[in-house]
Amino acid sequence: MQSFTYERAASAEQAAAAVAARPDAKFISGGTNLLDLMKLEIERPAHLVDISRLPLDRIEETAEGGLRVGAQVRNSDLAADPRVRSRYPMLTQALLAGASGQIRNKASTSGNLLQRTRCPYFYDRNMPCNKREQGSGCAALQGFNRMHAVLGASEACIAVHSSDMAVAMSGLDARIETISPGGETRTIPIGDFHRLPEATPHVETVLGHGEMIAAVTLPSPPPGRQVYRKVRDRASYAFALVSVAAIVETSGDRIRSARIAMGGVAAKPWRATEAERTLAGAAASDGAFTDAAEAALAGAVGHGGNDFKIPLAKRTMRHTLAAAAESA
Amino acid sequence: MAKTDNRSGPTRRTVLEGGVATGVLLATGIPVDAEPADTVTAAASPTPVPTMPMSLRINARDLAVELDPRTTLLDALRNHLGLTGSKKGCDHGQCGACTVLVDGRRINSCLTLAAMHEGDEITTVEGLAEGDRLHPVQAAFVARDGFQCGYCTPGQICSAVGMLGEAKAGWPSHASADVAAASVALTDAEIRERMSGNICRCAAYPNIVAAIRDAAEEA
Ligand SMILES: Cc1cc2nc3c(=O)[nH]c(=O)nc-3n(C[C@H](O)[C@H](O)[C@H](O)COP(=O)(O)OP(=O)(O)OC[C@H]3O[C@@H](n4cnc5c(N)ncnc54)[C@H](O)[C@@H]3O)c2cc1C
Ligand code: SF4
Ligand code: FES
Ligand code: FES
Repeated sequence: MQSFTYERAASAEQAAAAVAARPDAKFISGGTNLLDLMKLEIERPAHLVDISRLPLDRIEETAEGGLRVGAQVRNSDLAADPRVRSRYPMLTQALLAGASGQIRNKASTSGNLLQRTRCPYFYDRNMPCNKREQGSGCAALQGFNRMHAVLGASEACIAVHSSDMAVAMSGLDARIETISPGGETRTIPIGDFHRLPEATPHVETVLGHGEMIAAVTLPSPPPGRQVYRKVRDRASYAFALVSVAAIVETSGDRIRSARIAMGGVAAKPWRATEAERTLAGAAASDGAFTDAAEAALAGAVGHGGNDFKIPLAKRTMRHTLAAAAESA
Repeated sequence: MAKTDNRSGPTRRTVLEGGVATGVLLATGIPVDAEPADTVTAAASPTPVPTMPMSLRINARDLAVELDPRTTLLDALRNHLGLTGSKKGCDHGQCGACTVLVDGRRINSCLTLAAMHEGDEITTVEGLAEGDRLHPVQAAFVARDGFQCGYCTPGQICSAVGMLGEAKAGWPSHASADVAAASVALTDAEIRERMSGNICRCAAYPNIVAAIRDAAEEA
């Protein structure tokens, strides 16, 4: 690990200013992703601003009937909150499908959104990787790429975003609130927060340097039944091959509306808007779910090792939609 | 076998001596980071590695230490405070051997900095027993033979103590059919899922699950 200096932030504004003041400074929250990468010298901050004790650890009701989740709320506390369990069950399911009990006790809401890819070449400093080292190439394109993206990838990078929580939040239209060094705040819809790789895979979000996430707001829960399904190589403690978060609202045997987000398929939580359009007004049947899955994966491109993800994602979506429509 | 060894590389004896020397330094409490990368940095730079004073509360004792900010909580415990009960398996959050309790909650001590825990109440496996009386989870592991080599055991035990608290508070898990249900029954499937952050290389899982089941029933 490279040497660094450490400070505990006194306030959100002071933390943002402290990071903004130095190009080589970073926030540290739970540390479960940052320290992992620092040990391998993939991340090399010279100064750490510890924001883990800032009073941003509350979950509050909002005027619109939703919840405002502080950036420092731990993944385990968010999953266990009775309001989240009853009103946003797919968010609890997604959180509990991620990592381990120990990691969820440490991981923060903001750190989870900003966790970096698990691409094995990103982790291996002997291999070319445009995300780790701009312009060095992408070892995954011709390499071992069964964990990689089938949607929204580029010639420069085919890595996926590995968060489960963010997939559920995408289906729930969460909004991310930030605070900048001068104290200004802004709100970013989750769909606009993560960036696709294009030619600059090292730029992963729209955040500026020193801009700090303060909270994530969940709008009031949409009508319909929520389900999160994750498919992985072992039953627990593994990253997703594919995951689907679905909310299906039915009326009789018809679907009124659906919201679908996919994980493990792209560099960001992937909102399947085409599939949602296909389902609106359709009869709740396997035919409709199959059409939706086809629409969602219409633009998918495999890279050899991950070709299987395309049919796997379709089947997972059909299955998840059927489960959400069933007892709606 | 030749009696004299003229190879220029390190012999088994010099390697062993190096190991002994490190052990002595550790025993005297002089901060030594055993990681080769850090040793190289220290040797290459003329200025000593900067340290920061911190005070850690571990097993109900306040300890003042002076550490390199890079020191993880796990390395602080093992290399600087003589608390070697917490084990280093992977050093990357993947095995659970380093699990400790911070304010009663289980975390991986390898993925956190010692400096981040000033002001916290840290409990390691050494702090679970009350005098000669083992913690019920420790006693259950002994009674059920919940181990083979024992390397993962301190992490398993600390993790189980934290996990039983979570279940008592009604926290659901990935194995729970209804996440909104107010309470959970700790079935074997629930125990296995909730303990998936602790890997056992000897695969002593059946007895680990039995021990935790016993401890849960007793509590
Ligand atoms: C073994 C293992 C298995 C895992 N499995 C899963 C899994 O199955 N599913 C899953 O979703 N995740 C998984 N994870 C990842 C885990 O969810 C993340 O490590 C965790 O959520 C990161 O949160 P943190 O608070 O520890 O972030 P940190 O490591 O503290 O920070 C991560 C990044 O976010 C930045 N940051 C943090 N907070 C802010 C803020 N408020 N504003 C601006 N920047 C900020 C930091 O500077 C850093 O760059 C796993 C991790 C491990 C180690
Ligand atoms: S897929 Fe992205 S992260 Fe992986 S090697 Fe290619 S550029 Fe790097
Ligand atoms: S040593 Fe910490 S999880 Fe393996
Ligand atoms: S008892 Fe040997 S690793 Fe678990």
